Amino acid sequence: MHSFGYRLNGLLTFAVTILALMCAITSLSDNFNTPSPSAEIKIMNINWFQKQPQGHDEVSLTMNVSADLQSLFTWNTKQVFIFVAAEYETRKNSLNQVSLWDAIIPAKEHAKFWIHTSNKYRFVDQGNNLRGKKFNLTLHWHVMPKTGKMSADKIVLTGYSLPEEYR
Amino acid sequence: MGWIGDTVDSIKSIQIRQLLTQVVSLGMIVTSALIIWKGLMCVTGSESPVVVVLSGSMEPGFKRGDILFLHMSKDPIRAGEIVVFNIDGREIPIVHRVIKVHERQDTGEVDVLTKGDNNYGDDRLLYAQGQQYLQRHHIMGRAVGFLPYVGWVTIIMTEKPIIKYILIGALGLLVITSKD
Repeated sequence: MHSFGYRLNGLLTFAVTILALMCAITSLSDNFNTPSPSAEIKIMNINWFQKQPQGHDEVSLTMNVSADLQSLFTWNTKQVFIFVAAEYETRKNSLNQVSLWDAIIPAKEHAKFWIHTSNKYRFVDQGNNLRGKKFNLTLHWHVMPKTGKMSADKIVLTGYSLPEEYR
Repeated sequence: MGWIGDTVDSIKSIQIRQLLTQVVSLGMIVTSALIIWKGLMCVTGSESPVVVVLSGSMEPGFKRGDILFLHMSKDPIRAGEIVVFNIDGREIPIVHRVIKVHERQDTGEVDVLTKGDNNYGDDRLLYAQGQQYLQRHHIMGRAVGFLPYVGWVTIIMTEKPIIKYILIGALGLLVITSKD
């Protein structure tokens, strides 16, 4: 009953149980955080707007993204993954979401930022429906914790539109 | 030296009834683990509710050896979600993020494009020949939570099977030689 094996087994079981409990409590502590993020995106320029050889529309644009996401960080946050997506509707598709740019924010100090960039990923439609298209730009963020439950949310910015003609 | 002698003695002194009791209790442990696993599959709606991250394509968020908890609900798949999917013809599931969604007006079916956070390009190179998008039936679940480092046990056991055999052998020996 008191052999080395039994003691080791009891110790290990206890240690693993306590560790699991600590991870769960750490994750629960994230629920006490009420985030209040803000963001603004301005499209500075439509660089070009063409129909590809395969028949799909493609746009290249430059935008200015500024955001303050510092309130999303807690002691249990490892990083926040953010991306900007264009969302629009076409005749065939009720929803299209195309990610244009993403970044990883590793720490709270980097969470208040301003960036001037062209789209990192190609803005290609499934078809050629983009002429004169109205679309929303959404800034999504994904909070990845050191341990536990992940959470994600977004800000929707409306009122953007593409030119009527290719250029 | 005395320990080896004790082990040999205890193996020699095993009676049938005692042996059967031990076999049944071992069976109970194995089946209750199976029940918990299948129960998790039902609750999360996913074929494999827990996966181990095997590659570094989602660093620094998920490192090799982390485990992910999956959940599959009927909610539509949206950009930004981290999904686990299987490619036809490949057995290892891949954990990447959705970057493009095209949802049909009439049927509600989706075409989804994924990319690993740490990869330069999207996953079209990984998909099957001629496949441009993933559909819902390829996706096994969404990642909703994670635990760091715990998956290393699985990785070590898969990549060095000798350790798996040693562990099972040692457990078997423990069960046979235990006095209760």
